[in-house]
Amino acid sequence: MEWLVAIVIGVMTSAGVYLTLRARTFPVVLGLTLLAYSANVFLFAMGRLTIGQPAVIDAAAAGYGDPLPQALVLTAIVIAFGMTAFLIVLALKARSELGNDHVDGLHRSHDEQETKQ
Amino acid sequence: MMQLTAFPVLLPLVAGFILLFARMGGLKLQRALNLLITIGLIFVSIEMLKVASTGAQEVYLSGNWAAPFGIVFVLDRLSALMVFMTAILALGSLWYAIATNYDAKGSHFHVLFQLQVFGLNGAFMTGDLFNLFVFFEVMLLASYGLLLHGGGRLRTKAGLHYVVINMIGATLFLFAVGALYGATGTMNIADMANKVADAPAEYRGLIAAAGLLLLVVFGIKAAMFPLYLWLPTAYANTSAPVAALFAIMTKVGIYSIIRAHGTLFGDDAGDLAFYYAPWVLGLGIITLALAALGVLAARGLREQVAYLVLASVATLLIGVGIATPAAVSATVYYMVHSTLIAGGMFLLADIIARGRCDTDDRFESSPIMANGVLIGSAFMFGAVAMTGMPPLSGFFGKMLILGAALEHQWLAAVFAVVLIASLLSIVAMARSGSLLFYRTQPSEQAPGEPLNKSAFVAVVALFATAPIMIIFAHPITAYTDLIAAQVFDAASYIDAVLSAPATERK
Repeated sequence: MEWLVAIVIGVMTSAGVYLTLRARTFPVVLGLTLLAYSANVFLFAMGRLTIGQPAVIDAAAAGYGDPLPQALVLTAIVIAFGMTAFLIVLALKARSELGNDHVDGLHRSHDEQETKQ
Repeated sequence: MMQLTAFPVLLPLVAGFILLFARMGGLKLQRALNLLITIGLIFVSIEMLKVASTGAQEVYLSGNWAAPFGIVFVLDRLSALMVFMTAILALGSLWYAIATNYDAKGSHFHVLFQLQVFGLNGAFMTGDLFNLFVFFEVMLLASYGLLLHGGGRLRTKAGLHYVVINMIGATLFLFAVGALYGATGTMNIADMANKVADAPAEYRGLIAAAGLLLLVVFGIKAAMFPLYLWLPTAYANTSAPVAALFAIMTKVGIYSIIRAHGTLFGDDAGDLAFYYAPWVLGLGIITLALAALGVLAARGLREQVAYLVLASVATLLIGVGIATPAAVSATVYYMVHSTLIAGGMFLLADIIARGRCDTDDRFESSPIMANGVLIGSAFMFGAVAMTGMPPLSGFFGKMLILGAALEHQWLAAVFAVVLIASLLSIVAMARSGSLLFYRTQPSEQAPGEPLNKSAFVAVVALFATAPIMIIFAHPITAYTDLIAAQVFDAASYIDAVLSAPATERK
């Protein structure tokens, strides 16, 4: 099971890095989302992969899964969710104000003049 | 005294909520409340400094869970000083925002302002690595809102870059924290330091890699080479009070390196002891060289000040990288100086831009501005302080850092880069000063707004740090020496956190 999870994290991270390096805002948002997902799975796996073991107290249990990474992942998911929502709104705002969806977009001649000066 | 430790974190959070509801009472009520709370924070932090100066390390156990199971907040000399500095800078920035009516340009300025302070104070006080991540995010989310406050196309573009790079930073933080948790099984910095010291050989490589990954995250915050490219545009395009408050944001990165890396990879860490220091030192030197070139190449005053902030951060990184008690003491001294002066400089740049109107802060010839002599004198004062010329505290701070480098094997590189970078910034500031104030066109009336006297008070107050820090240099350096001694005595920090007793239930 370890190698499967490791491959999933690796593929997701590399896809996320690739998308984050794109020039337009929408792929960047998707890339950051993928990166956040892979970080979450990674964080979860750091509590060691166990099957069929309870996270909280159970008198009959032989062992326990680590509950702390689960709590951490929950926090990380909420934060990543909020940040992504903010980024999408900001990307839309940039699209309407800059006139294009390039991450680096200098579009209007006015901007370009200002940069030259 | 346990409550005092939680106070600087709770006060801004509660204040943020109160200010949100105070919106119904109008802007005046929000302003009065925010000023009151920020002044209150200064008094709280003075009280904290008093407690910390005895050498005590007060630990607050949230939810009465003993470490390492619960989240702890730790009050020691360093965190007390950081909170104090934040409160002073926040007051200056807030005063300027109110005096120039900047807070009326959009909604919720005051709420975001207090939440920003909440994130900053939380990051300074927390003793838990994952909690540090959470406070980083709180701080960043508030800073996104503040950065974009007032609107404008260039600001939106700079904001987009800033948000994306910080989201990548957050992801890396999670990877680093996850790997450290996997290797040590704890999140508490003190407990983790113990586990790092006892870590079996097969985990040492993983811990070392995670520690460097964590350094990258703090490097993004501190604007370390090659991760500094977001800083000049973000700082140059946001508004003056926000840029002034952001002067402390880069220092959060420096603080985190001192706190997390200094504790985790201190003297007891065996072969991992201070293994990060050459990285910090080397990258700090490169950052400083590039920042000096940026100062020379800047097209406008705000951009120039942003590069000067970068130069000061790079100098701090060099101090941290030397990693001796003397160097850390010098770093803390220079950090207080550079943060408050940089804040004042951003405000002054805005005053100059307002006085010149059409030409804004660009280095071009324009008619003489109103009160040019007064503003020009303030500019010269700030430039002397920022570039580190005698007789002000910037010179003294740099001298202390260079003095600490004397014993280091990279002595030649440190001296060459710091001295040449200082020379370049002096040349650049002299040039921009003469362009702004001497190369003027004759004209009947001043081009821009007259000087806003009450806004100017904030600049003067922040600039007052420089003479104060040089007049009281002896007691201040004595205090920073004690801070450095406490930072390097990781064992007492670990002991204080882990032995803090939970109160008995009655």
